[in-house]
Amino acid sequence: MSKPHLTTTAGFSIQHLQFMDHHGELTQALPSTINHETLIKLYEAMALTRLFDKKAINLQRTGQLGTYPSCHGQEAIGAAVGHAMQASDVFFPYYRDHATFLLRGTPMSDILSYWGGDERGSANMENRASEDFPICVPIADQCLHAAGAAFAFQYRNQARAAVVTIGEGGTSEGDFYEAINLAGAWKLPLVLVINNNQWAISTPISEQTACKTIAQKAIAAGIEGVQVDGNDVIAVHHVMQHALEKARSGKGPTLIEALTYRICDHTTADDARRYIPQDEYHAAFEFEPLKRLRRYLEKNNLWSEEKEKNMLTQHAATLDTIVTKFLERPKAQITDMFDYLYAELPKQFHFQRRELEAEYG
Amino acid sequence: MANITLVEAVNQALAYEMAHDENVIVFGQDIAKNGGVFRTTVGLLEKFGPKRVLDTPLAESMIAGITIGMAAQKLKPVAEFQFMGFIYPAVDHILNQASRLRNRTRGRLSCPAVFRAPYGGGIHAPEHHSESTESLFAHIPGLRVVIPSSPARAYGLLLAAIRNPDPVLFLEPKRIYRWVKQEVPDDGRALPLDKCFILREGRDITLITWGAMIKETLEAAEQLEQHGISAEIIDVATIKPIDFDTILQSVEKTGRCLIIHEAARHCGVGAEIAATIAEHGLMFLHAPIKRVTGYDTIMPYYKMEKYYLPSSAKIIATAKQLMEFA
Repeated sequence: MSKPHLTTTAGFSIQHLQFMDHHGELTQALPSTINHETLIKLYEAMALTRLFDKKAINLQRTGQLGTYPSCHGQEAIGAAVGHAMQASDVFFPYYRDHATFLLRGTPMSDILSYWGGDERGSANMENRASEDFPICVPIADQCLHAAGAAFAFQYRNQARAAVVTIGEGGTSEGDFYEAINLAGAWKLPLVLVINNNQWAISTPISEQTACKTIAQKAIAAGIEGVQVDGNDVIAVHHVMQHALEKARSGKGPTLIEALTYRICDHTTADDARRYIPQDEYHAAFEFEPLKRLRRYLEKNNLWSEEKEKNMLTQHAATLDTIVTKFLERPKAQITDMFDYLYAELPKQFHFQRRELEAEYG
Repeated sequence: MANITLVEAVNQALAYEMAHDENVIVFGQDIAKNGGVFRTTVGLLEKFGPKRVLDTPLAESMIAGITIGMAAQKLKPVAEFQFMGFIYPAVDHILNQASRLRNRTRGRLSCPAVFRAPYGGGIHAPEHHSESTESLFAHIPGLRVVIPSSPARAYGLLLAAIRNPDPVLFLEPKRIYRWVKQEVPDDGRALPLDKCFILREGRDITLITWGAMIKETLEAAEQLEQHGISAEIIDVATIKPIDFDTILQSVEKTGRCLIIHEAARHCGVGAEIAATIAEHGLMFLHAPIKRVTGYDTIMPYYKMEKYYLPSSAKIIATAKQLMEFA
């Protein structure tokens, strides 16, 4: 005879994970999931991302790009996520994931096209086989799209993971909770990465939630939640590896809170000086991820002033190519707005398409 | 071949397509073990198993959101919302995501999904269970909106909706879920998603309607016939895109047009039909275009719902008025 369960007790705790502090010193032994070669690769990717970011802001300031969201100071998260993922995993980004795009092979010129108001920027015309989603602007929607794809992998017994990113502000959204709840209930191969940069435009984390960590939100959904130092690329990478392998082997979802700080405006349309305490803001630069990784690499004789110089020269050339490709991209067809809306444009709307052509064609 | 109701036709279409395409996944609240609150999905769990027929947690935005991720992975998700009154948390995903995915990826990703929901009044249901808000969805570019009004059309249109490469909102008029029985061959034949159905041919006036209002409109047409008025009835069926060719041809023939819908009048789908007839068929008309619709009020609780829903008497009276124009 089955009896009703009327009492439940449970206890929980949240772990904070760090391997490398802001001096570039290891706080525990380097994990076996990462080697020096990978760390150099990650450093180069993070450096390119930062330069891309500066370039994009300059393009916006000179009227050549629309509103653009910087990821300054948050490059470790994007790079670790991008590097840890396999090609067959599928990515569901928000809008501060430039480093991940770079490592997923998304053309960086596409990111500029996207913020430059061109749908081809979210289309990935160069890799039509890519299953990665474009940037999701309505906050937290992407969590559910990722859960849906994760269901498809589970249904087809594929060893693949869906990876979704979101800011800490986004974890106040219902869709975030609905996604983690379903991921738990259905044991989906889903990895949620929260970029906790502590600011949702002007709203600080203290006004966003009474939770001490974002990772603890996983507890309510019955899934694993981990907090990592989001400025420590080793920690983010390590936890990503763990979460991805777990997902791919059918052991369910993981929520990763990567704690960092937004040492930039929300977007180019924002002025963070209006609301971020300036002492806190300036102090955060000491903890940013590139500086500490370079310190670590130099201390271990893996990097030098000369290597830095060579890398910067190479990156500058790469960026020139990206920007030229973006600026010289031929204009799209006006009628594309009709031609990609449906698999086949319903007859009812042919008249409107002709109307558009008659005026501008 | 058995005589079946609209509910059973929905079930028959789902079962047919699931048997022929293993990418079809059916899910929603209480749809698996319980077979859905209207029993549209009854027996599917037993036939196709828990991997393809799933009860979801209780969260409508989630139901729509996962549909998009599944569809982009080339599954054919058929999501059920228990009542249309609860679909609104999902509108963000339907409007901002499902209907835009093809365009914003220039066809790299797409969303071949079906969102099903019972809609409309007249079954003495509680608050929020009786609205007809199809026009909210008909306004969304990239989305198709389909409303069947008979068992055969429910079967053929639902098959078409599932096979369609883009998202479809499939609204089921629950007042006529069990109104008539019809022989519906289970032959897997889909109906077009851009064609009206002429339910009755006539000379004098075109009655344009859809969903459960088919019932009152058919009754009205029979009585009008006794008064010597020959009414043609068009079931619009595909609310978006609308088959205006058929509508305009009919209006050209009859010269009179009455649009009947259960939804509120202001910006209802009837307004779009009236505007299009005015733009392209004004010279056919002997009389003004008229609408008999629900009022621009909140759908009353069920004790008063019959005063809100358009009656056959009102359809007859309005049609007679239109016949007075020479």
